[in-house]
Amino acid sequence: MAETALTNTVVPHPRPPGWQGIVADWSSDQRAFKNVPWGKAMMWIFLLSDTFIFGCFLLAYMTARMSTTVPWPNPSEVFALEIAGHHIPLILIAIMTFVLISSSGTMAMAVNFGYRRDRVKTAILMLVTAVLGAAFVGMQAFEWTKLIMEGVRPWENPWGAAQFGSSFFMITGFHGTHVTFGVIFLIIIARKVWRGDFDHGRRGFFTSRRGNYEVVEIMGLYWHFVDLVWVFIFAFFYLW
Amino acid sequence: MTEATATLDGQRQHDAHAHEAPAPASAHAEGQQHPIKLYLVVWGWLFVLSACSYFVDYFALQGHLRWSLILLFMVLKAGLIVAVFMHMAWERLALTYAILLPPALILVFVAIMAFESDYTHLTRVIFFASGT
Repeated sequence: MAETALTNTVVPHPRPPGWQGIVADWSSDQRAFKNVPWGKAMMWIFLLSDTFIFGCFLLAYMTARMSTTVPWPNPSEVFALEIAGHHIPLILIAIMTFVLISSSGTMAMAVNFGYRRDRVKTAILMLVTAVLGAAFVGMQAFEWTKLIMEGVRPWENPWGAAQFGSSFFMITGFHGTHVTFGVIFLIIIARKVWRGDFDHGRRGFFTSRRGNYEVVEIMGLYWHFVDLVWVFIFAFFYLW
Repeated sequence: MTEATATLDGQRQHDAHAHEAPAPASAHAEGQQHPIKLYLVVWGWLFVLSACSYFVDYFALQGHLRWSLILLFMVLKAGLIVAVFMHMAWERLALTYAILLPPALILVFVAIMAFESDYTHLTRVIFFASGT
């Protein structure tokens, strides 16, 4: 009973627009995030903390790259591939970007169908998202293998500043780990949706609470965040 | 005062509601309901913007043009993902500001570290020039 009361999204809270409304919402003796289920608010706060983690990684990379006196390897050449006799710069990273963006698109539609209580479409779209995510991780594994074979290490590489390797492995490694965990949780939630847990109010194995389709949106928030981080990594690490 | 009573009323209504049905369908019917077309359009734009940023590299643009284009496409993509895919455009301002303002602090950190790494670079240049 208490659990459902906490996820109440119905109560209207009329407020003045702009800053006055924000101050009114944050004033004492009330919930700050109204009309937002607690799970969603917690996911947002987790994502905020994750933003700082990836922000610090990219900052460390910026500091290393700005302060080194050795030339930085040219990512356009490092990540180029020979496809059918053509030398195409950065092509693998471009494909990875498109794959991840597509997975974000399918996830957004899964959330939409979830709220329409179309459980088959939701589950299928989530599984498509998981497959695209797994493809992304697979391509990243290929990229790592290729670079390691070419002699890139966290402490050295054949083309220039040694910090290139350490930044690359740390940033893409952490991002790839996030994608991997996302894929695992996508499969778990897709299974719950497919089984109809959120239609029949089946209690969760771990929490003994009844879930609902908000879980799909919360999962979606995490997945879009992973895509969002890739946007920044793509811009700063691969293109800069 | 009126605010508190309103919340209590809502709570009571919801409790009563929770008793009668295991799956509170109506409670979440409002959720985030947008036409599928919106997501497809945003998806298309993300593809276009990604292609644009890839072509910045493909045509080997250099200097300030390269950096400003990279940043422009990055910000547009990030904005579309956060606003539409993550539904931030429809959230209450109290949540939006709580989540979107703190990352601005990273920009302060960026400025600090840019000064710091310039200084480190300078000392390295001086040391390597005179050291050997």
